Amino acid sequence: MTPLAADVAQRLRRRARWSGFEIAFWVVAFASIWLLPQKHLILTETAILALFALSLDLILGYAGIISLGQAAFFGTAGYFAGLVAKYGLINDPVLALVCSGLVAAALGFVTSFLVLRGSDLTRLMVTLGVSLMLGELANRYSNITGGADGLQGITVAPILGLFQFDMFGHTGYAYCLSVLFVCFLVARRLVYSPFGLSLRAIKGNALRAGAVGIPVNARLVAIYTISAGFAGMAGALLTQTTAFCSLDVLSLERSADLLLVLIIGGTGYLYGGLIGAVIYKFMQDWIATLTPQYWQFWIGLLLVAIVLVGRDRMAAWHEAARAALARFFTGAMAWRRRPALGGAAPDRR
Amino acid sequence: MAILETIGLAKRFGGIAAVADVTLAIEKGARHALIGPNGAGKTTVINLLGGVLKPSAGRILLEGRDITALDRHQRVRLGMARTFQINQLFLDLTPLEAIVLAVSERLGFGFDCWRLVGRKGAVADEAADIVERFRLADVMHERTAILPYGKQRLLEIALAFACRPRVLFLDEPAAGVPEAERHELLASIAALPADVTVLLIEHDMDLVFSFADRISVLVNGALFVDGAPDAVARDPRVKAVYLGEELDA
Repeated sequence: MTPLAADVAQRLRRRARWSGFEIAFWVVAFASIWLLPQKHLILTETAILALFALSLDLILGYAGIISLGQAAFFGTAGYFAGLVAKYGLINDPVLALVCSGLVAAALGFVTSFLVLRGSDLTRLMVTLGVSLMLGELANRYSNITGGADGLQGITVAPILGLFQFDMFGHTGYAYCLSVLFVCFLVARRLVYSPFGLSLRAIKGNALRAGAVGIPVNARLVAIYTISAGFAGMAGALLTQTTAFCSLDVLSLERSADLLLVLIIGGTGYLYGGLIGAVIYKFMQDWIATLTPQYWQFWIGLLLVAIVLVGRDRMAAWHEAARAALARFFTGAMAWRRRPALGGAAPDRR
Repeated sequence: MAILETIGLAKRFGGIAAVADVTLAIEKGARHALIGPNGAGKTTVINLLGGVLKPSAGRILLEGRDITALDRHQRVRLGMARTFQINQLFLDLTPLEAIVLAVSERLGFGFDCWRLVGRKGAVADEAADIVERFRLADVMHERTAILPYGKQRLLEIALAFACRPRVLFLDEPAAGVPEAERHELLASIAALPADVTVLLIEHDMDLVFSFADRISVLVNGALFVDGAPDAVARDPRVKAVYLGEELDA
């Protein structure tokens, strides 16, 4: 093997390596199961929102499809999970969760053909339109969905027949976090695969993507379907952990909040939705204790600030901070080593 | 034997005929140049051949097979690749990622969403070959957006080459490249394998006459003259079209 080919192979292997930040993120996330038991209810909501935001990141951050209608999949699967539990059709929550995801994915597949053509604005309107229609359908068929009163009388069986859901959210949080982690692993695998690379290529330049042999539309259909499945699982988790499902799962606000979460966290690196969900939920919680009525004012202010500062400048600050930190550590190490090396400056690159 | 043929190819935009009744045969292994004044319809012909545009009339045959109705990516899989007159690159990817992507697609791994990029088959080896061939090794880990223009033009050709084409369309590959970076580019074009058929669009007559073994002249969307370089150079009608400026030089 030539040195160049070895360099190429090594670089490709390194692309998908887990960084220290990633490992730390998940260690902290799982540690919170034992360390923050009094926060499990809000952490459950956060994990669900994070999975939902991850689904949007897959289409927006990787394939460049902007959507104001992810709630369509979230809500449809939420109702599906509620109905199968209420009528005892699928008793095992995990199996029900997977089936809900598949139902949402099927809906995603069918509606994906609507977002293939057109600009961002067209896509916003089409996705919004689909979720509005589904919202009104759920309202109209209140004999099935419970309408404005919500779907009541849901009892969710213990997970795997072992772990009963409790009112403090302990089981629910461990369950949601585990599902989030598994879905994240799948998404991570996906974005580092040739398929994931082709999505970034399509987002970057669809004309050239076609010219290197990528079937652009087929790829967009595939990722939209997968994303819908993830969104659906988030919706099913909400129904299962709250034993309730109401019309707001299909609302425009849910889709709009989701976009907000992803913009706060940043798109196109998978952790944006997760970090955004944590910031959004805990800010909401914290500000709401200070000013219960006006908490959205501060979220709005944060959003304006983020957009004005700009993602690039924030990345530059981050880079500068990291370089300063690295200099500090290198300096400290050199200073400590100096006596041992007999005063000679360590020769390092 | 002709590898690529067009029969009565035409494209109208509203009332304007951009390309009219072009019947052209490109021999296997040829170095074929398509020249003509600005607005003659050269890029439109490439767009029709590559499938970016659908013809208003006429047919396109690749080795005798009618490909007129095929999509862009299907034509790429049959062995037709192109570069663009104005760079169409993946600005957020590195050259290496872009080349690996094109190689993976050609080998049919494009829908593989489980293995990591470059883990399968000879993707990494082949990508390294292409990086070396197009002199991109020193910039292969940079973001494409910040590459010098000459390197971006090389990457244009490298991406098309990564599709392992049997027919390669080069749309003004050297246009706008500064003199200092030009040599690298021309050397890479000259070093293209002999079994790859090349259709070149170019305004630079030095490049055309040093490279091509056959030249077609397009004027106002119609094929004007088609022949060997010296015959085309001597043709008084061609001289008239170019006002005798460039071909005399």
